[in-house]
Amino acid sequence: MAKIITVTSGKGGVGKTTTTAAIGAALARTGDKVVVVDFDVGLRNLDLIMGAERRVVYDFVNVIQGDARLPQALIKDKRLDSLFLLPASQTRDKDALTEEGVDRVIGMLSQHFDWVICDSPAGIERGATLAMRHAEIAIVVTNPEVSSVRDSDRIVGILDAKTLKAERGETVDKRLLLTRYDHVRAARGDMLKTEDVLEILSLPLLGIVPESGDVLKASNMGVPVSIHDPNSAPARAYHDAALRLKGENIAMEMPRQRGGLFSKLLRRAA
Amino acid sequence: MTLWKRLFSNTSAPQARERLQILLSHERQVVGGNDLLARLREDILAVVAKHVPCEQDNVKVRLERGTPMSILEIEVEVRGDVGLPTSQAA
Repeated sequence: MAKIITVTSGKGGVGKTTTTAAIGAALARTGDKVVVVDFDVGLRNLDLIMGAERRVVYDFVNVIQGDARLPQALIKDKRLDSLFLLPASQTRDKDALTEEGVDRVIGMLSQHFDWVICDSPAGIERGATLAMRHAEIAIVVTNPEVSSVRDSDRIVGILDAKTLKAERGETVDKRLLLTRYDHVRAARGDMLKTEDVLEILSLPLLGIVPESGDVLKASNMGVPVSIHDPNSAPARAYHDAALRLKGENIAMEMPRQRGGLFSKLLRRAA
Repeated sequence: MTLWKRLFSNTSAPQARERLQILLSHERQVVGGNDLLARLREDILAVVAKHVPCEQDNVKVRLERGTPMSILEIEVEVRGDVGLPTSQAA
């Protein structure tokens, strides 16, 4: 049986889809069988970030409505044999995903994979609650920015109320992933520090992904950032986060000021 | 943070932190930690819907917090002209 993860945030544009692809690829690289599922019906993007946009024939909604069988809709990643994608539909009908349909598909996926990673749409509407419904682990993606932190707090409340685990009186294991973190600005006092966000949200930390041009570069190429350049700082952060999800005890590498005044000047000039 | 920095730099992160702490402590209270208002809304909806057609969005629950007393305002919008029996229910 698979471990089911939901990547969620409340606010849009904080990096849920990037994170879903990156964590999925990082887990697949360790040999686990992984499927990433796009729940953002109407505004799909996970296929694009994974570089599979031209290979989509059938999607999640087709499977739910019985127009395609699940294996027909699953797209195998070009780079990693154990990574699969279930794309979202671009249909305008937001109610195309039904609770029973989602239950059925997640049930089938969890029999064949080690990890099912659900990419939630932004907001707190139906799509988001469907995406978190089966979650055992929720990765709450947050930027060090006031509106993002506030919306994450709201999502935590919803995770505690509207999931199958909550209905059974259990709690979803929630982990914070801080993205777009700029240690220079945090050190200068112009950005919330990791400790600030952790104290405010009081969630265990899964990882800190530094602000980096590598993320944009990887998404331009349609390659999950964790495998695009495995030695880049965001790739390492996502890889460590994936190992932590597997229960490994990896020390948290706090992005900190490296070098002295010289590198600081270089950064400013850049 | 040193006194020097405190005096001569005008940093924004401490303000962000303070604003968030105040805002979230307020929002968590109003929401009651585990979404009290949402639960009230759902329960009220369930009761009303047993007797008259009523939809999710038509129940509004507001909590106005005051010092001598707080007001819990509940507004249920009922679709169409439903003849609510004035005396006994069936």
